[in-house]
Amino acid sequence: MTIPADLKYTPSHEWVRVEADGTLTVGITHHAQDLLGDMVFIENPAAGRSLAKGEECAVVESVKAASDVYAPVSGEVIAANNDVEASPESVNKDAYSAWLFKMKPANPGDVAGLLDAAAYQKLVESEAH
Amino acid sequence: MPFIPHTEEDVSAMLGAIGASSIEELFDEIPPALKTGKLRDVPDGLPEMAVARLMQERASQDGFWCNFIGAGVYEHHIPAAIWQITTRGEFYSAYTPYQAEASQGTLQLIYEYQTMMTRLTGLDVSNASLYDGASALAEAVLMAVRSHKTSRRVLVPKTVHPIYRRVVNTTVKNQGIELVELDYDATTGQTLLPDEPGSFAGLVIPQPNFFGVLEDVHAMTDWAHAKGALAIALVNPTTLAVLEAPGKWGTKGTDIAVGEGQPLGAPMASGGPYFGFMCCRQDFVRQMPGRIVGRTVDLDGKPGFALTLQAREQHIRRSKATSNICTNQGLVVTAATQYMALMGPQGLAKVASASHAHTVALADKLAAIPGVARAFASPYFHEVVLKLNDNAKDVLRALRAQGILGGLDISAWYPELGQVILVCATETKTAADLDHYAQQMERILSKRREAPPCAYKS
Repeated sequence: MTIPADLKYTPSHEWVRVEADGTLTVGITHHAQDLLGDMVFIENPAAGRSLAKGEECAVVESVKAASDVYAPVSGEVIAANNDVEASPESVNKDAYSAWLFKMKPANPGDVAGLLDAAAYQKLVESEAH
Repeated sequence: MPFIPHTEEDVSAMLGAIGASSIEELFDEIPPALKTGKLRDVPDGLPEMAVARLMQERASQDGFWCNFIGAGVYEHHIPAAIWQITTRGEFYSAYTPYQAEASQGTLQLIYEYQTMMTRLTGLDVSNASLYDGASALAEAVLMAVRSHKTSRRVLVPKTVHPIYRRVVNTTVKNQGIELVELDYDATTGQTLLPDEPGSFAGLVIPQPNFFGVLEDVHAMTDWAHAKGALAIALVNPTTLAVLEAPGKWGTKGTDIAVGEGQPLGAPMASGGPYFGFMCCRQDFVRQMPGRIVGRTVDLDGKPGFALTLQAREQHIRRSKATSNICTNQGLVVTAATQYMALMGPQGLAKVASASHAHTVALADKLAAIPGVARAFASPYFHEVVLKLNDNAKDVLRALRAQGILGGLDISAWYPELGQVILVCATETKTAADLDHYAQQMERILSKRREAPPCAYKS
């Protein structure tokens, strides 16, 4: 299972989990890490930073490329995952447990605008052609 | 790799393969109006004998001066071996090769250069060099702003070289970065730290500063860190052989160190080419511009060298690259590497100590002359500001007539100081040179006092 059904997705290959308290946990998808290859460096946004939807807020760097991570919705960063910065390869091992940062959405309703697993699956398939 | 130009046969073979009859035909889609045509102002070729004659004439126009000007570029002895080795065919190319790993010798040399620079600065990482000291400082300012993330203000003391400040301003002024000038203490010539600086990303710490004066670098480094900013050392590599390395300044050391590499084996050569160096702590390596060579092992486990951390660079990161300067000053860096290898830490320390001792001796001799005094009471390295009780430009002109370049007139840059000259005596000056300068200075000043130029007679 590389596209868990319980998560939301963005066209720029971030995954988003809506937590019970309404906060969002964000990472990059299995498909994204597969394209990038072995991770060597991750730079997360600082807690407290406010983000606009689509804003570049993190950088993931692999042995062959560096790529920006975009804010899935507008909101404020409430935590960054220091463990994943210390061991970037954890993103390759399990992209869905190696989250990058957590945020509080400015407008909880915005999450509904994200892709569901089926729509993301379709996107990945269409990009493969 | 030798440079081998294409022969006419090579060119016609290539044209034949692509089906073009001439180079002109190959480019015939370019409208004639856009072509420059023949370069009218470029003279025809000359025979070797005539070129040698012309070059000798041009060289003699430089004159044979006894030079006491430093101000960013320093006259040091360059052992003959340095450029003999540097101009060997294997090294004699200004560029990092495009297929970098094919040139293991060049990469090994750059790796050794980086290793030497990190030892001199006491920091973790060095890049393969930048254009010159001033542009290296501009890159350090950009790097501090990138790393800091919240503030786009950088504090730059007035004791930083005025030309460096202009270059930095030109580089950053259209990028929404604010440079804040810090004043200096009129008696010590040292930077004054403001009580309420506001939020800032970095503090530039020149050591020695433009006046040759030693700043309180430990206090400045700790002050910058206490305010949550980066400390940027601007240093002369020669002085690092005897002064504390930036990596040891204050409690944590500076984050970045930059400077002009010319004192390490490059001739003054009417202004260049020189090179800038840049080192930083490991934490900031992804924000550092320029190329970095690393050591690795190949498939068979044999040691080799490769460009590393290329994800920062323009061919991967495109417009988000840390910098679009990737061409380094390869040849001058080659000379600097030979220079540091040949001098060793002890040799470099001797150069630094002798330059300091000669400047102190000269300053003492000159300050004993009526009408000459040191402008600042602080310790200095191998440059000193002297205040004249006379017109600096006229005095320097009179010295020049005696074959002496007596210093740089910095009065226009620092009008508050009056008539001041910046004087430097490196290890290349003998005791007789220092005496000669002092005698001429005394004679010129006393003569001008006795018989002032007509215009000044009342």
